[in-house]
Amino acid sequence: MFNLFKIAGRNLLRYKRRTLLTLSLIVLGVVFVAVFIAVTGSFKAMMIGQITDSFVGHMQIHRKGYLSSIDTLPLTMNLKPKAVGKIEHLLQETAGIEAYSPRIKFGGMFSNFAETSNIRLNGVFPEKEMSTVPLFLSRIKSGDGNLKKGEILVPELLARGMKVKVGDAVVIIATNKDGSVNGKQFTIGGIIESATGPGGRDGYIHIEDAMEVLRMDEMEISEIALRVKNFGGLHAIYDTLSGLLSQEKNKMGKPVFEVHTWEKLSPFYNIARMIDVMTLSIKLMLIAIVLISIMNVMIMAVYERVREIGTMAAIGTLPGKILSLFVIEGFGLGLIGAISGSLISGAVIYIINLSKITFDFGRQKGMLVSASISPNDLVMISIIVIIVSILASLQPAIKASRMDPIKALGHI
Amino acid sequence: MHMIKGEDLSKTYHTGEVAVDALKGLDFSIEKGAFVSFVGPSGSGKTTLLNLIGCLDRPTKGSLLVAGMNVSDFNRKDSALYRGKHIGFIFQSFNLIPVLTAFENVEYPLIMVQSVPAAERKKRVLELLDAVSMIDRQSQLPDQLSGGQKQRVAIARALVTHPDLVLADEPTANLDHDTAYGIIRLMKKIRQEVQTTFVFSTHDTRIIGEAELIYRIEDGVLKNGNMKGGTDV
Repeated sequence: MFNLFKIAGRNLLRYKRRTLLTLSLIVLGVVFVAVFIAVTGSFKAMMIGQITDSFVGHMQIHRKGYLSSIDTLPLTMNLKPKAVGKIEHLLQETAGIEAYSPRIKFGGMFSNFAETSNIRLNGVFPEKEMSTVPLFLSRIKSGDGNLKKGEILVPELLARGMKVKVGDAVVIIATNKDGSVNGKQFTIGGIIESATGPGGRDGYIHIEDAMEVLRMDEMEISEIALRVKNFGGLHAIYDTLSGLLSQEKNKMGKPVFEVHTWEKLSPFYNIARMIDVMTLSIKLMLIAIVLISIMNVMIMAVYERVREIGTMAAIGTLPGKILSLFVIEGFGLGLIGAISGSLISGAVIYIINLSKITFDFGRQKGMLVSASISPNDLVMISIIVIIVSILASLQPAIKASRMDPIKALGHI
Repeated sequence: MHMIKGEDLSKTYHTGEVAVDALKGLDFSIEKGAFVSFVGPSGSGKTTLLNLIGCLDRPTKGSLLVAGMNVSDFNRKDSALYRGKHIGFIFQSFNLIPVLTAFENVEYPLIMVQSVPAAERKKRVLELLDAVSMIDRQSQLPDQLSGGQKQRVAIARALVTHPDLVLADEPTANLDHDTAYGIIRLMKKIRQEVQTTFVFSTHDTRIIGEAELIYRIEDGVLKNGNMKGGTDV
């Protein structure tokens, strides 16, 4: 086998310029794919992190049907304390859950005594909210970075429009589920930065204040956001939770709860999927580049070496060995291309990170591209290149191995 | 003992609808250890006959025994195995593998065709390179060798597997007279040393006389049975 590799290696060096050209095409393809995956992967991870860690959380649990009517924030579809207790018990029993935050979501009017505007509010336990969505704290731009009872965190766009600042007194007016209108005065405890996505422009108050505004006798929760310890294991936990929660049925035998991962809760998931489709397309382009370039070079090699193949066959080389020789040449090109491409990709990604390239997404400005590619991805790209190289050299190799020695020896 | 025995050996080629009889019912035999030449003009059927003897092609009719085996019905793989074990080839255009050195070219059949251990390989290759006076140029690539030197390497390659039979199709056609003569003498000398059978085709009258047995072939027919070398053909 070593000798086959030796002969294949020397054959590749025989036409240095052609080999170099083919290799450079493969390397270019590998670098392009690797850098694309690194940059888009960084963008995707950053955006998912922004969305899940700012307000959505990794998963949310609602009463069945709540999500389809979330635009109206229906108080009639809140979870009763007994149901919340069951869920909390389940969450505490389930491994891999880092934190969870019950929320009361409702719409109301925001008044600074001169003007009035609409506002969407979340009543939360501040500590639980901060554990579940860790970027929450960093979004509070003014104030002491805390949310105390009697205080409200006002979305920055609303604060700017209504010309209010930290310490100002404002009034929140809301209709409770019975239809009666209630109001409560708050002090502005902070201005909260907007975030891209649904719920990114909501205000926050303490959950007990929300109960007071809505005149709830007992705590009725709109949603429970939760955070898992390992994001990679999100879907396994989702499967476990949805399996357990689906066992809870109402009197009509229908499920009581619904669980959704961030993918269902944020439209960014479609962008993330589009990035995945684009990555797949780029990988297909790489396959085409490798396939065409290797097949081209191997067809040429077979054509140029017809007499040589005839000689090998005449002196008794078995067709399998002739086939192996050409397949090894293709494999060699793929292997060298994949290794060189991976090394160059690493260098390009390093340079991109040194260049500190920034981009804007929605209202997030100056997000730093932190390109990175996992060794698994590089190995996967290399395996694709090598397999395609072998496949591309198969047809010319089979042709060479089946050559009639007499015709081959007579070839001019 | 017959090394080669052909009976009613025929080969017909079909070009479109036209059938060309390249060999027409040849009967001949070659003894073991003989140094035989098939002579005749271009297109007479010499190469076709050598291809049949070398298991590169199959006869249309008749039987052919080579080294005790009926090779008429060999399939592609059997032919390759038989060639690798029993037959050495010397070609008109030397046909060395350009990316291998003289040493590696001679070594090639021992690696790719037979699986001979490294130490044994080295011993055999060096012995043969010495026999063909190419030991000093063993590291050179074919491009760095003259025509005569290439053919010496090709002779060493043909003999390295210890074949029962060496076939040489016009081995001197691309060489000048002195070199051609030297190559034939070398083949003859080695034949005596290794006790193998040499069969070569040629239409070069300058070297025909070196053959010990000559078969004259014309239009696919053996004209004169056989005769001793040195005769005017």
